[in-house]
Amino acid sequence: MIQKLFFYASPQNFYPLAGKLWPAFGLLATGLSVWGLWLGMFVAPTDFQQGEGYRIIFVHVPVSWMSMVIYLAMAFWALLGLTFNTRLSGMMTKALAPTGAIFAFLSLWTGALWGKPMWGAWWVWDARLTSELILFFLYLGHIALTSAIDDPRRADKAGGILALVGALNVPVIYFSVKWWNTLHQGASVSLTKGSSMAQVMLEAMLIMGIAFWMYAVAIALYRVRSIILVRERHTQWVAELPEVKAHMMKNPVGGAIA
Amino acid sequence: MIWNSWNDFWAMGGYGLYVWGSFGVTALFMALEVVWVKNARAQALSQVASELAAQTNSKDWS
Repeated sequence: MIQKLFFYASPQNFYPLAGKLWPAFGLLATGLSVWGLWLGMFVAPTDFQQGEGYRIIFVHVPVSWMSMVIYLAMAFWALLGLTFNTRLSGMMTKALAPTGAIFAFLSLWTGALWGKPMWGAWWVWDARLTSELILFFLYLGHIALTSAIDDPRRADKAGGILALVGALNVPVIYFSVKWWNTLHQGASVSLTKGSSMAQVMLEAMLIMGIAFWMYAVAIALYRVRSIILVRERHTQWVAELPEVKAHMMKNPVGGAIA
Repeated sequence: MIWNSWNDFWAMGGYGLYVWGSFGVTALFMALEVVWVKNARAQALSQVASELAAQTNSKDWS
């Protein structure tokens, strides 16, 4: 098992594995989204307080969860990379950041669209909202920092440290509704108290959460393959990939011009 | 089924703008991201292919 992990820590072995895995995760994401949306939009009853407006929860909570989960995943890969000096870790951290940034933005966007009708404001400087905004900036900062450094190994190191330090913000987001007096409501689902929602609403929200998780995995695996290709472009195994050969056959003059 | 008509469904009890604004932009960004990663892969492949071609060309000439 451990040996297998080390085997796939090499970009050369991970590339084909990621190529086999992403379609499965993509399929799961599609199927679960259809199921979750069906439950959320056609089966779940109207909320007695918020009417139909509460249905924003079926995207807002999943994207917000994923914005935090992806940052923790980046911190995990960064820790691996900084301790074991594995090249793949830096590539995974880099592959996750854009998806995390999109989810963090969507969390703020859907939150604004929910806040306006329920609180009367698109935005308030509340602890939950502010810490999520910081998370969005951390993602943008990570993307900017790693693309500003030319040497990939140094970029990975700098990005890894930012990912690790920034991860401190994730528990702040999660517990902000407890630690401070916030306008944002408390957790709808809590590990200690269970759920405060109707069964079918909870099911729809969880299914959407898993669907977005599968989507993030599929996209990150797909993106990391492009990063591997570029970083390993001087190696023999990349030169021998059928997709690279096919690309060279398609544009035979491309090389002469370049 | 909880809706009486499609009009009811799209109106979302008066919250249509907020609900569909949330779902629509989320779907849009996910679709865009799929296009972005596909483009990035095509770009990576052509970068690798053109550098390899340049290498073989220079070998032929030397």
